Amino acid sequence: MKEMMVILVSAILVNNFVLAKFLGICPFLGVSQKLDSAMGMSIAVTFVMAMATAATYPIQKGILERFGLEYLQTIVFILVIAALVQLVETILKKYVPTLYKSLGIYLPLITTNCCVLGVTILNITKQYTFAQSMVNSVGAGLGFMLAMVIFSGVRSRVEASDKIPEHFRGLPITLIAASIVSVSFMGFTGVVEGLFH
Amino acid sequence: MKKIRVLLNGLIRENPVLVLVLGTCPTLATSTSVKNAVGMGLAATFVLLGSNVVISMLKKIVPDKVRIPCFIVVIATFVTIVSMLLQAFVPPLYSALGIYLPLIVVNCIILGRAEMFASKNPVLDSALDGIGMGLGFTLTLFMMSSIREIIGSGTWMGIKLYSGIQPMSIVTLAPGGFFVFGCLVALVNAITKGRVRKKQKNGCAGCPSAAVCNGEEKGECQA
Repeated sequence: MKEMMVILVSAILVNNFVLAKFLGICPFLGVSQKLDSAMGMSIAVTFVMAMATAATYPIQKGILERFGLEYLQTIVFILVIAALVQLVETILKKYVPTLYKSLGIYLPLITTNCCVLGVTILNITKQYTFAQSMVNSVGAGLGFMLAMVIFSGVRSRVEASDKIPEHFRGLPITLIAASIVSVSFMGFTGVVEGLFH
Repeated sequence: MKKIRVLLNGLIRENPVLVLVLGTCPTLATSTSVKNAVGMGLAATFVLLGSNVVISMLKKIVPDKVRIPCFIVVIATFVTIVSMLLQAFVPPLYSALGIYLPLIVVNCIILGRAEMFASKNPVLDSALDGIGMGLGFTLTLFMMSSIREIIGSGTWMGIKLYSGIQPMSIVTLAPGGFFVFGCLVALVNAITKGRVRKKQKNGCAGCPSAAVCNGEEKGECQA
């Protein structure tokens, strides 16, 4: 149990996917202007990350490792994720139209999102068990959500300002704001040791 | 003449990182030291060249509806080749790049070029475009990693440059990556006075957030 908590807290705060590992920067910069779209995107990412881990982990252990095909990992994982996203989209459209309406537009974007492929590969390289992998994926998704929500708040303040130097308007000032948010996340560095040891 | 223009396009006018703002994740993550950054850049260049050539050859065979999955399989194949080559011949680089090596598959530059250029142009042009874009990516990574390594660890390509002053190690950590990248984009804005970004449509076809950013209608990416 303690081990699970360590994995969860470090995935959310210490090894935050966006601000410490640089995975999923495109949606972080592209979809963080409004709080609702930031939330919608993060919920969809968390959901797909958990689903992708649940699908790829058994494939890696049961098929690729059993038959010595580990070198096919990248190709197999990306195809499984792409098919899975398509499947989830179709199922939601048919059976849960309300959820589809709020998450639908974000789903196709997630196939080429590096954090989903990243988390599935990381779970394998870190040699987590199935339960640990699931906790790590959900934690990574929640960390993504935390970063998106905080940053959308910061960003709305930045955009309201009219004192930004001309050349820094737009992307450059957004990146510098992200840098400052990232500094604040560095404060969590020792938090896991402090809480659980 | 036209061929040279295609090749040089990716280096400056349509620099994939600083102008099109694609492939930000590996740029930020691997630019902590010059060796890693150049290794990453060359690996991505190889994948770009290979996938552009193959996709350009397949463009008449692949049906329109399934083109994206086909492109991804081609790209993933080249990424697997590159990572096996690196693992066999340059193991230190292989372990330093770690997870970012398989993640070349989802690098927006490669899928973006496949979609925007290779699926519409002949093989030779696509190959030149792949080399140009790849070198543009490598050049940007080289610049950014030089800045970060010199300020952040006081070395360049592993050679010690100065002693006595404590290097600002935060520049090699995550916040420094965002900061240096922001300053470089601002520099490009200042040099070109914003002309380059506005004049051309940013590569929305290859951008994973295109559907929600609404930038395409305005002809400019908001990211």
